[in-house]
Amino acid sequence: MDGLLDGCLALCLPLLAYLVLRTESLSQAVVLFVAFGLLSALGWARLEAPDIALVEAAVGTGLTGALLMHTLSWTEETPPDVRARARRRPWALLAMAALTLLLGWAVLALPADSPGLGLEVDARREDSGVKHPVTAVLLNFRGYDTLLEIAVLLVAALGARAVNPRSERASSEAAKDPLTGELFRMMTPALLLVAGYLVWVGDHGPGGAFQAGAILAGGGVVAILTSRMGTPRMSSLRVRWALLTGPLLFIGVAVAPLFSGGRLLEFPEKYAGTLIFIVEMALTVTIAMVLLMFFPGTRPPRTGRGSAR
Amino acid sequence: MSPLELLSAAFLFAGAAFCLAGTVGVLRFPDVYCRLHALTKVDNLGLGLVVVGLALRSSSWATALKLLLVWLFVLISSAFTCQLIARAALRRGAVPWGGRREP
Repeated sequence: MDGLLDGCLALCLPLLAYLVLRTESLSQAVVLFVAFGLLSALGWARLEAPDIALVEAAVGTGLTGALLMHTLSWTEETPPDVRARARRRPWALLAMAALTLLLGWAVLALPADSPGLGLEVDARREDSGVKHPVTAVLLNFRGYDTLLEIAVLLVAALGARAVNPRSERASSEAAKDPLTGELFRMMTPALLLVAGYLVWVGDHGPGGAFQAGAILAGGGVVAILTSRMGTPRMSSLRVRWALLTGPLLFIGVAVAPLFSGGRLLEFPEKYAGTLIFIVEMALTVTIAMVLLMFFPGTRPPRTGRGSAR
Repeated sequence: MSPLELLSAAFLFAGAAFCLAGTVGVLRFPDVYCRLHALTKVDNLGLGLVVVGLALRSSSWATALKLLLVWLFVLISSAFTCQLIARAALRRGAVPWGGRREP
């Protein structure tokens, strides 16, 4: 029975990926991409990687889907240049075949049945302050990577704002719409609850700052789309603080042991659990804000309406 | 097979039948408004029946409650998206099907 499900996934995922690339219409490609993301989240869940499944569902499908869908309203659908595409096709096929071979070789070259570093992580998990191995690795054993990742996210948010500095305020006129207002009222509390739960559960199960931040950003997207909230402005002091809370707190926690004779990012065993929880809370806020920075406002009014149907 | 499993199987099959009917509706109905009916009414009923069928099989009350919550959230979001899509279609001038047969 499980084999049936896995087989379906293994067939559908490449098919959907092919269709996403193949389809001529942008809006169709976006819808297919969202379907692909959902199925790949299911695939990760089947591979017993619930942490990645959660991120794929929240970021890869939910937020990216909303972002792409929103971007569609900024673009004109133009018929693609089929001839130029056909000319590029042989090279694309060659490159694809080479990449597939390379990846296949890499996978086959992996030692079979190797637990990787799993055993070592399990052995030292007691010292990390948390019970979930993924959280232990992300925030304690390899905290350095996560710290740098947050810095990269911050740079990405700055880049997104540099490309599209437009932001807009919430419009009070559109906010009177009963339909979207009710949607906002029903969805936001649930999303806040789920985000809080995900931070808390990261201590002993799949969850954590990235998943929670993505859910929180989803709530923000609902608020923006229902005109309850403007898009975040870089000039706003609150936005800047939200962006900096996570990195500043993380750097503070990372540097603090240096003053008491420890090493960088060395959490004292007694407080490790608490420190990780506080850092995760702050990171959630930052990640949510970074993801919201990618979300552009509505398209500036067109001068002449195109052939939109 | 216990009676509970039989009941659960009946619910699951009924749910699958409704989902199939909804999908056929999306593919065959003449305009966007009719298709929305198939997508947001028939499929929700199908999902509800599947959820009830799975809840009967679940090992704990917590799992059953989570399944019902999933259904509740799908109901909320599809009720809103149905209205929003229909409104957007109307604003873009999609004319509702008048009941003619296709030539």
